[in-house]
Amino acid sequence: MIKLSLMVVMLSSFVFYSTPTVNSINFQQFQSRIIQPANDTLFVVNFWATWCVPCVEEMPYFIQTTKTFSNQKVKIILVSLDFLKEHNKLVAFVKNRNIENEVYHLNAGNPDTWIDKIDSSWSGALPATVLYRFGKKVLFHEGELNQSQLDSIINKTIQ
Amino acid sequence: MKKITTFLTALVFFASFNTAPTGYSVGDTAMDFKLKNIDSKMVSLADYTSAKGFIVVFTCNHCPFAVAYQDRIIALDKKYSKLGYPVIAINSNDITQVPADDFASMQVRAKEKKFTFPYLLDETQTVASTYGATKTPHVFVLQKKDADLVVKYIGAIDDNSEDAKLVKEKYVESAVDALLAGKPVPVTFTKAIGCSIKWKQS
Repeated sequence: MIKLSLMVVMLSSFVFYSTPTVNSINFQQFQSRIIQPANDTLFVVNFWATWCVPCVEEMPYFIQTTKTFSNQKVKIILVSLDFLKEHNKLVAFVKNRNIENEVYHLNAGNPDTWIDKIDSSWSGALPATVLYRFGKKVLFHEGELNQSQLDSIINKTIQ
Repeated sequence: MKKITTFLTALVFFASFNTAPTGYSVGDTAMDFKLKNIDSKMVSLADYTSAKGFIVVFTCNHCPFAVAYQDRIIALDKKYSKLGYPVIAINSNDITQVPADDFASMQVRAKEKKFTFPYLLDETQTVASTYGATKTPHVFVLQKKDADLVVKYIGAIDDNSEDAKLVKEKYVESAVDALLAGKPVPVTFTKAIGCSIKWKQS
């Protein structure tokens, strides 16, 4: 009987965490996802964390922008820098907010080794947003973006 | 004439853009300051007549990244204060945007964690903007040289914010150890993830 209830608990927790998918990726995997020289899709990458107040504030803009550009070759990808031990908190956040974007949990080790590879002007403060197209960086922005700023930089890039 | 004036105006405009303060680089001379400590007394670096230098840490209450490092900041102060490099912690966040970083909350946090060092409120944000602090935590190691304070290291405390046990590179400790031994600082600049300092809306 105990065994059975244990199984039920395990099964229900599996169902709870099976959606949404938040994959942990290293820096190489991250790069191969967004740096695609033959791909004309605009990759908009937002670096954020659930503990970052301005990141959480601007999250609805990224979700709205995803809808606005759903018919165009624009892919909005959310890359979390939450502590690795707080993976479940990240998954719960994504679920509660009904975020349907690709969300990754970056496990890239010492930030000093990779922050400059995103952009040499990035201090490491969150949030930060970077745009890639044809495997090349188009724009980097440190700090928050509002809805019109976000939509306008995307519009300018895909024109 | 009008053209020239327009041209000159444009020039001054661009020049003022270019000379906008971007903060200190390693080797620069840092300014002293006078800020209110949690005991309401004013603190200046000049008060520390016997110090050889300082570990200036921009930190705050609300940021989990900064909070994760506060035990390590206490450890730094315990180790290096007696060797002549005390920790000076500064909170520069705009408290209208982040009420959790107000003066009363700073007092609570310092008491809770039994801070062994001053925890100063940079209410005008002048210190953070002059130093070029952008996030919490953000460390500036200064060395006294005659009457000057020379910036010797800027960046992260170490290479693992999440777990102190997994740290391989203790950047601040290596910098201060080198200064105490009269050797060049091995790594003078690093970057880390952190909470952005919340600037007042102008």
